[in-house]
Amino acid sequence: MGTLILNATTQTAAGSRVVMTESIKASTSAGAVSATDVRSAGITMAVEDVTLRYGEANGVLALDDVSLKVARNEFCVIVGPSGCGKSSLLYLAAGLNDATSGSIKVDGREVIEPGADRGMVFQSYTLFPWLTVRANIEYGPKRKGLPAEQRKRIVDQYLEEVGLAAFADHYPAQLSGGMKQRVAIARALANDPAVLLMDEPFGALDSQTRGTMQKLLLRVWERQQKTVLFVTHDIDEALVLGDRVLVMTARPGRIKAEIKVDIPRPRSMDVILEPEFIALKRRILGLLHDEIDEDH
Amino acid sequence: MAQRRTAWTRLTTPFANIPASTATSLALAMWVVVIGGWALLSYGRVVPNMFLPTPGTVLQTTYRMGLDGSLFYHTLTSAKVVLLGFIVSSVIAVPLGLWMGTYRAVQAPLEPLVNFIRYLPVTSFVPLFILWIGIGIEQRIAVIFFGTFFQQLVMISDCARGVSRDLVNASYTLGTKRSEAVWHVIFPAALPAILDTLRVTMGWAWTYLVVAELVAASSGLGYISLKAMRGFQVDVIFMAIAAIGLLGLITDTAFRLLRARVAPWAP
Repeated sequence: MGTLILNATTQTAAGSRVVMTESIKASTSAGAVSATDVRSAGITMAVEDVTLRYGEANGVLALDDVSLKVARNEFCVIVGPSGCGKSSLLYLAAGLNDATSGSIKVDGREVIEPGADRGMVFQSYTLFPWLTVRANIEYGPKRKGLPAEQRKRIVDQYLEEVGLAAFADHYPAQLSGGMKQRVAIARALANDPAVLLMDEPFGALDSQTRGTMQKLLLRVWERQQKTVLFVTHDIDEALVLGDRVLVMTARPGRIKAEIKVDIPRPRSMDVILEPEFIALKRRILGLLHDEIDEDH
Repeated sequence: MAQRRTAWTRLTTPFANIPASTATSLALAMWVVVIGGWALLSYGRVVPNMFLPTPGTVLQTTYRMGLDGSLFYHTLTSAKVVLLGFIVSSVIAVPLGLWMGTYRAVQAPLEPLVNFIRYLPVTSFVPLFILWIGIGIEQRIAVIFFGTFFQQLVMISDCARGVSRDLVNASYTLGTKRSEAVWHVIFPAALPAILDTLRVTMGWAWTYLVVAELVAASSGLGYISLKAMRGFQVDVIFMAIAAIGLLGLITDTAFRLLRARVAPWAP
């Protein structure tokens, strides 16, 4: 099961996780794991013993034997210091890079190249500047070959969802940073991916806009029922958003702890003042500080 | 803050905007200085009229050659040569340059060769072209092509290579296939830069015109100015040069308008 180090308070999560693993094993023994078996086990994404080394055999070890599972419709957050390999892990899951060893499965299918089933929102602004907001959101459905009226329905729905209906005919250059990322989220979701990968999508925004974006993302996620794997270095963000937070260490990147966030939903932005929240934050800070101390 | 700045501070601040009226006045002043200086030197006989014609003579010549249709005829021939050479070159250079910038496997064999060829002086190939192609319009078109194509190829390849990797990656996660990325992402993303490249190389194509009409031509602006040199008709040379400059200005403006039309999103 890899190198997941589980702490006392994550036992519940660990318990359910073991059950999941066993149900997969049971179906494996009966034959090959089909996509439906995995779905019924409730796992959308499974990262198994993934190692990533840049360059030759003695190159930098970016990820060291990382394993994790993301349940269906779960909001899973990876938090870690910059350079810990958390973004690298997302790029591997998206199929934009190849792991040195190990495998990543989404809906039971091994990731070998990028595909529309793994939508991604990047930290940098990646809207197509030559397309209007509407055409950007329509890009994925168009590649899929959906008929025009269905595309229009999808685009209108997501324009509404991210509150940018009035900006449908604007070009990305005419939008603020927060609006661009809202379009990027709408664009990724319009493709109805099995998992939405988010690589510090609000990292470049000012803190006020970031709060608004978090609220918007939670609202969209609660309504759309999507599986999300979200990467950030911001502990508040991780706890506000996630069902579960995986704490990652740097050089080599390993998952140090798994923390279940039992704060009820829907969560308001004031949740950061709750004692429950502060206790979890203290734990994660402790885990990350150990890390920094080891570095010195 | 801005209001308190004097006009002089604004003029001397790096990158600061100046009023449109000031910009136009400065542009006009420049032409007044150039033409005024020319008039002073020629009318004042500082330079003999044999070498520097007066603006009046040049205007007269232009009027005369405009009336008898010869100016139009030579301009048309030259424009045909330049535009055909430029279009043939661009039609090949744009797709090939896109490929070169996108695929290392295309770049690796082509780049060293292209970088070698593009430093060869076009003039040295004129005798070869005459030998191979003859003395028709094709030979002149070939000169323009040769002068433009290899520069275009390298520049357009750079335009493609400059496209953000994250843009291509994002398109993959939206279901774009690797084979589609060139057409769906790299080409539209590079389009404004490609149009800028075409505009700049169009200017270079005009500068090769005289070289193209140096030998074996019987019409064209370059041809008449070379012929005028033998007869000391400096006014004709001046007119031909001004005509080439004006044509360059027109094609330049056309490209600016085209860019604003097909890529309104680009700054």
